[in-house]
Amino acid sequence: MKKATRFYKYIAFFRLRFVMGLQYRTAALAGVATQFAWGFMEISMFLAFERAAPDAFPMTFGQLASYEWLQQAFLAFFMAWLMEGELFDTITSGSVAYELCRPIGLYEMWFTRSLAKRLSAGLLRCLPILVVAALLPDPWKLHAPMSPVTLLCFIVTMIMGLLVTVALCMIIYMLTFFTISPKGMRMIFAFAAEFFQGAVIPLPFFPAPMQRVMEYLPFAAMQNVPMRVYSGQLAGVELFRAAGLQVFWLAALTGIGKALCAKAMQKMTVQGG
Amino acid sequence: MIVMRNICKTYKVARRNAGLAEAARSFFRREYDTVTALDHVNFTIHDGETVGYIGPNGAGKSTTIKILSGILTPDSGECLVDGRTPWKNRIDHVAQIGVVFGQRSQLWWDVPVADSFELLRDIYSIPPALYKANLDELTELLSLGELLRTPARQLSLGQRMRCELAASLLHSPRILFLDEPTIGLDAVSKIAVREFIVKLNQTHGTTVILTTHDMQDIEAITKRIILIGKGRILLDGGLDDIRRGGEDIDRTVAALYRSYEI
Repeated sequence: MKKATRFYKYIAFFRLRFVMGLQYRTAALAGVATQFAWGFMEISMFLAFERAAPDAFPMTFGQLASYEWLQQAFLAFFMAWLMEGELFDTITSGSVAYELCRPIGLYEMWFTRSLAKRLSAGLLRCLPILVVAALLPDPWKLHAPMSPVTLLCFIVTMIMGLLVTVALCMIIYMLTFFTISPKGMRMIFAFAAEFFQGAVIPLPFFPAPMQRVMEYLPFAAMQNVPMRVYSGQLAGVELFRAAGLQVFWLAALTGIGKALCAKAMQKMTVQGG
Repeated sequence: MIVMRNICKTYKVARRNAGLAEAARSFFRREYDTVTALDHVNFTIHDGETVGYIGPNGAGKSTTIKILSGILTPDSGECLVDGRTPWKNRIDHVAQIGVVFGQRSQLWWDVPVADSFELLRDIYSIPPALYKANLDELTELLSLGELLRTPARQLSLGQRMRCELAASLLHSPRILFLDEPTIGLDAVSKIAVREFIVKLNQTHGTTVILTTHDMQDIEAITKRIILIGKGRILLDGGLDDIRRGGEDIDRTVAALYRSYEI
């Protein structure tokens, strides 16, 4: 019984976020349009690249097109800059006082809230992109996954990647309790995360020595794994290694985030009277 | 019952003089001053009391409320609220209290108020029947009606404050902390808020602790006042103890502040 009511507390955030997602109709439509435009641009760029140097291409073009469309469809799951401005305001203005009046842990509450935001934004927007991208002609087409097992691995690693993304953002929220202004940190973090998770250029396009290092960073545990699992680039032993790293980073990052949260609570002085 | 015993709280504030040279120096060596917000604060509040907690700006009113609601940890001293130490049993404690910060909002900005209420219902695990009964009662007493279907950002301050009050009471708290609940409100809204609080205290026996600068709030709502200045409790008694025959309440309080040099 106790467990069930605790579960409801968290579900409530998802419900509210879906409600809010539906509230912003124009934003959803604009988002879908932007992601189509961006997907076409990226694929065109890689198309030019592939024509110039086909031997240097580290994956098939079909795999690349699928990678790009999945990235656009699930943009909200992994984009590092998609953080909640409201949470930063809450910390810097002192409204966090209200958050601390709730019978629920602050870390768990904000983790759920961030997860709910990404999940609702992603799920509300992915369908049109996936459907249209699957109907496009070659070389633009989003290909079907190779097998049901691949699809399952994709879904599992995508959920793990989403959790790692939220855990990373939680660290930035928690650090704001100490720095007061989140601006600099946010900028550096967003840039680093985008670059190192393969959001600008997929990781296989980097020089081999660099790629080897990048694969071990927490950022690689975000979108890099599921997008490459989908088109069969990560399979067998490599898939297990990548998924293992996801588990490791999720545990490490939530551990760090929770420790920071506890520390912040200890020295908490609510800003602004 | 609320018992505060010898509660002390200090803050560290970085201070420097104006000017570039001073700014450069403080870049390398920062000087901190310790500001005492609460200095051995003692009081006891019984169930069902209505207490006005008054004092000039910076006297320590909000700090006291934040300690009582488990947000701040004091440097030393003991505090028991219905047998719980707020900052040690935070989660159990906050489930039993309601808090309204007049200068902040707890409603989600872009969605109708009712959505925020439902989130609170789930966070506080309020049983459906109780939630419905409380919501119906609050809707009637605070005339929420259509407001529940309106996004919080489109409410006037007075309308919003009524919704904030309701939001803090959905889980039937035994104790209600109000930190400047009438700040910025027009006369009509102020009266509505005051009448509601009085009624709440009478019908449910809710303990009410109120901070305010509006002495009419005190006259309308509270039977007892606690005066705090420079972090110390200076006076604890009834309104009649400070009233000086026929004088306007604001003047009385101003004279009181002057007599304590705060």
